[in-house]
Amino acid sequence: MIRVIALRLIGAIPNLIGVVVVTFLLTRELPGDPAAFFAGAAATPEAVEQIREKLGLNKTLIEQFGLYLFDLARGDFGQSLSTGQPVLTELVQRLPASLELTFFALLLATIIALPLGIMAATRPGSWIDHLCRLITTAGVSLPTFFTGLLLAYVFYFLLGIAPSPLGRLDPVFSPPRPVTGMYLIDSLLAGEGALFRACLAQLILPAITMGVFVLAPLARMTRASMLGVLSSDFIRTARASGLASSTVLYTYAFRNALLPVVTTLGMVFSFLLGSNVLVEKVFAWPGIGSYAIESLTASDYAPIQGFVLTMGVLYVLLNLSIDLIYGLIDPRVGLEA
Amino acid sequence: MSAEIPLLKVENFGLEFRTRSGVVHALEGLNLAIRKGETVGLVGESGSGKSVLSFAMLGISDAAARVTGGSAWFGGLDLLKAGESDLAEIRGREISMIFQNPRTALNPIRRVGAQIEDVLKRHAAVRSADLRARAVEALRSVNIPDPERRYAAYPFELSGGMCQRVMIALALACGPALLIADEPTTGLDVTTQAGIMDLIAERARASGMATLFITHDLALAAEHCDRIIVMHAGHIVEAAPRRELFAAPRHPYTAQLIRATPAAGSLLEGLSAIPGNLPDLRRRDLPSCRFRERCERASSACDAPLPRIDAEALSGVACWHPLAVVAEAA
Repeated sequence: MIRVIALRLIGAIPNLIGVVVVTFLLTRELPGDPAAFFAGAAATPEAVEQIREKLGLNKTLIEQFGLYLFDLARGDFGQSLSTGQPVLTELVQRLPASLELTFFALLLATIIALPLGIMAATRPGSWIDHLCRLITTAGVSLPTFFTGLLLAYVFYFLLGIAPSPLGRLDPVFSPPRPVTGMYLIDSLLAGEGALFRACLAQLILPAITMGVFVLAPLARMTRASMLGVLSSDFIRTARASGLASSTVLYTYAFRNALLPVVTTLGMVFSFLLGSNVLVEKVFAWPGIGSYAIESLTASDYAPIQGFVLTMGVLYVLLNLSIDLIYGLIDPRVGLEA
Repeated sequence: MSAEIPLLKVENFGLEFRTRSGVVHALEGLNLAIRKGETVGLVGESGSGKSVLSFAMLGISDAAARVTGGSAWFGGLDLLKAGESDLAEIRGREISMIFQNPRTALNPIRRVGAQIEDVLKRHAAVRSADLRARAVEALRSVNIPDPERRYAAYPFELSGGMCQRVMIALALACGPALLIADEPTTGLDVTTQAGIMDLIAERARASGMATLFITHDLALAAEHCDRIIVMHAGHIVEAAPRRELFAAPRHPYTAQLIRATPAAGSLLEGLSAIPGNLPDLRRRDLPSCRFRERCERASSACDAPLPRIDAEALSGVACWHPLAVVAEAA
């Protein structure tokens, strides 16, 4: 098992090298001149040239790439020009915020989507099936920024039961001692109940916003997969053996239906992580999505490269864990393959 | 023999499927009985309703199926009217079923031993500490070599024949009174086929279990059954003890089936295909005899309602122009 994981990680190195090369080249090819951007509109050409030299942008592409690799090898992701902070520090601060939001949203979506899909599959054509169809259609049709604004409007502005949609924690509280960087877990580890509730209150609206969006693919996939499995031969055998309907449904059907659901889960996870910029914007969530967008508009190379590389590593880890989960669910899946 | 109460007695059983393209009149007016310990072959071409009948007996029909009438008495219970919980008690304990394609009939991601244990846990009063031993015992009883090791195998690690043995072990784990074997050897090679058929026969003899053997292979039925029931397009057209049926088939369809079955030493020219196809069972104007349009003996007399075979009769034919009984003398 350990060996398999190690082999897979080694196998991922070429992918990561590819990611490094492509992001480096792409950021350099982006329109916009960071030197001119940071010198400001009133700067003289000499000042711009000075900044360019300071940033090392006057060197050849090869030289710049060599320097970049050298820094990377030392664990230096460079510095953000707009904030002046090391990229690594900022990523380490912001990634847990995005991860926490994404995990929580996925959890919410899964808790609702799987039972909904199962019930819709066991009673096709019933009201629950129609409800499932309605919710999933609504989920994909409503853009996240709209759902987010609507939720904030209703629960914060109108009803006043949600805290102001401004970041991860009400300023009255101070964040928990960082262990994982995820406030929910850290506050639990610190044993602070009130803090946990405050974090949860901030998290719940953006998480619902994202959860509603991924509910649809999950519920649809669960339903379709369950329908397929329920009509298969071994379910007939299980029923012909008189097994209790709960055994047939969960032990026999659901486990077999899980594989496509896990695949979908992995897909929406990576999708959420990289593209929840809109939700992060609406709720002023200090995640990596908004970080990347802000850097992109400022032609700030180092954070963009850092962001893409982080995402690359996350994708590799994600795919690896999905394959491992596959192996756990289905004995026919050889991990070595 | 007629005084004995049959194990399963089906009378005037009808079933239809409601589909988008119309009502399929799948089964109509079926009468049949299975006695304790006997092996009955249910023969007919694909689509004649053999499997539909057996699924209905177990109450595991497709959701679109609707029983239109009749009764199926098993012990003191009418299987067609029994509630789901009563049926679930009977399935796997009193009546078991094995299927074609043993590889797909077993849960692909569950160890075969665990699948047998599921059935034991459900029906047999076995202490959980003894479950494993009982499952291994069930595997041994179907002549699976090295059952302790096979207990932990997944279906994909076993051959098709081995999977069917597991399937039989699973079906017989609780000692049912009736085994429905739905084309149990389809998809297996010939030597494996013989092994599986012998195993079923041997286990049936040992426990006095009755077997309903569903097949489209008349030769296989001839080899293993005491009595044969021939189905065509949702009707039972003929029932007879094996010898009688082969010596003197009375229904034109049976006769054609026998002519279409290759035997040792028969030449290709000697085989004749049965003309036509099964009638479309969605038709509103289905003739009272559903073989009429394929039959060379049909006449206007065939418009009358079909004569039915009495459920408990050992032999009978549902035809107005049956072939002569004297054929045996010839």
